[in-house]
Amino acid sequence: MDPHTLAWPKEGNSRVPYRVFSDPEIYRAELERVFLGPTWQFLALDGELPAAGDYKTGFLGETPVIVTRGEDGEIHAMVNRCAHRGNLVCLKERGHADALTCVYHSWSYDLCGNLKSVAFRRGIAGKGGMPEDFRLEEHGLRKLRTDHFAGLVFGTVSEAAPPLADYIGNLIGARIGRVLHARPKILGTTSQILHNNWKLYVENVKDTYHATLLHTFFATFRVSRLTAGGGVMIAEGGGNHASYTRGKTDLVGAEGSDKLYAGIQSMRDGLSLKDPRLLQSAEEFGDDVTVQILSVFPNFVLQQIHNSVALRLVLPKGPDETELQWIYLGFEGDDAAMTELRLLQSNLVGPAGYISMEDGAVGGFVQRAIKGSEDDHSLLEMGGHEHNSQETRTTEASIRGFWQAYRPLMGW
Amino acid sequence: MDAAEAVRRLEIADLYAGYADCLDADRLEDWPGFFTEDCRYRVVSAENYEAGLPLGIIYATSKNMLIDRVMALRRANIYEPQRYRHLIANIRLGAAAAEGIAAEANFLVVRTMQDGAMTVFAAGRYVDRIVQTGEGWKFARKDAVLDSRRIDTLLAIPI
Repeated sequence: MDPHTLAWPKEGNSRVPYRVFSDPEIYRAELERVFLGPTWQFLALDGELPAAGDYKTGFLGETPVIVTRGEDGEIHAMVNRCAHRGNLVCLKERGHADALTCVYHSWSYDLCGNLKSVAFRRGIAGKGGMPEDFRLEEHGLRKLRTDHFAGLVFGTVSEAAPPLADYIGNLIGARIGRVLHARPKILGTTSQILHNNWKLYVENVKDTYHATLLHTFFATFRVSRLTAGGGVMIAEGGGNHASYTRGKTDLVGAEGSDKLYAGIQSMRDGLSLKDPRLLQSAEEFGDDVTVQILSVFPNFVLQQIHNSVALRLVLPKGPDETELQWIYLGFEGDDAAMTELRLLQSNLVGPAGYISMEDGAVGGFVQRAIKGSEDDHSLLEMGGHEHNSQETRTTEASIRGFWQAYRPLMGW
Repeated sequence: MDAAEAVRRLEIADLYAGYADCLDADRLEDWPGFFTEDCRYRVVSAENYEAGLPLGIIYATSKNMLIDRVMALRRANIYEPQRYRHLIANIRLGAAAAEGIAAEANFLVVRTMQDGAMTVFAAGRYVDRIVQTGEGWKFARKDAVLDSRRIDTLLAIPI
């Protein structure tokens, strides 16, 4: 349907029309208004591209981009589309090059995206070639703005996006700094193809209520329960959030907690792990927060579950398909035992993660269930109707915050 | 190839065939029995493996962790009914040494969902170390190196 004609329910952010998760026209509009709109999206870790000429590729929504380390030592980013006939300039996902040269007709750009040469520009033997008034400097790659925060590089094509630090805000910025306390090093990457709209995964990340219910491993082995202290911080504007579990606290006592979770089958069975090393954790962040899940609008996630630290990037691949990219981190200064601990804890998350594999499937279940119900809507009233910070995770406030940030971009 | 070598090759081919059948026939409880007590089992992507990055999509450093994974799959984790069909081929054995035999084999895993949807879920190679024990050949090390870094939806049943 024409996105202009969607009428958002009068209840506001506590209702979400199912149509926004499946409509191809709405999806097309999002690529333009959200992903090429005034939003910042994660591109790289600063340390990923150490030397001039190092590059990697990525996406703003579905738009392919190149990220480089220039001769000037700065990070640059541009759309990965030749100014000539629209071919991909960088074919490899990462590499090293002195210049970026399109394979199609050998148009060549410097590491900042400026066009430097055109093959046979003067033609051959006085025939052919580009017109006299052709100017190299008018035909560079489309450039992105880039900005840094805590060693993370973000990009946008929008002139309207505020500086990154302002976009993230102090409240959530401090929670990023808390996790990225040293220079990160990548332990590995993986990705998942989810058969659902990208926003269903973002809602899942912001859904502090579901984690210990859907992921019964969490509650069964006491990795996290809602009965531990915790809450959710939501930035002004709603789009950025950080939920936290103060795992060493218990609001209702161990017995009371077991009682509240008694409806979960695996709880009743009194299960325990034969080798519980992956549930051990090391003091690292200087507080009692054992789980922190953080998001920056529209599609960036930073996870700390015990000592497992990972970035997640939610890439739209169509109205009903999403690629979820994971970048697992350790830090410079980790000794072998700390690295091993992080690797063991990585069993908790990712495509085979004990407390995350369900997230790979549940969005697809919703996507299937809403077919034929596009005019109906979901209900988000846990914790009220607002999108304010709350000292509980038994709330859907940060999901409402997402819609608060999203709707104005779409004109709703 | 002498007779002892030929027998060993047949026995190891049987080990792989039994391993595949155990997973494909949903006898997950028998799966840890293919490993030594202090085994290491990982599912890794070729991309990470070749870059020397240690991350495992599954990362287990004992047989007990494999037993725990089966228990979690049966009792705690939620995933749609599905089955695998492993085709394991091109087994390549190194020389026998004190620490066991280095072995590689290719695998193809077709996943079938409850509605009948079938996909090539995973292809890649095992990079293994196999040792002789009182209970026959066991995997002391097994890396399932996936050609693709992408996992469709989730990885529940081991590779």
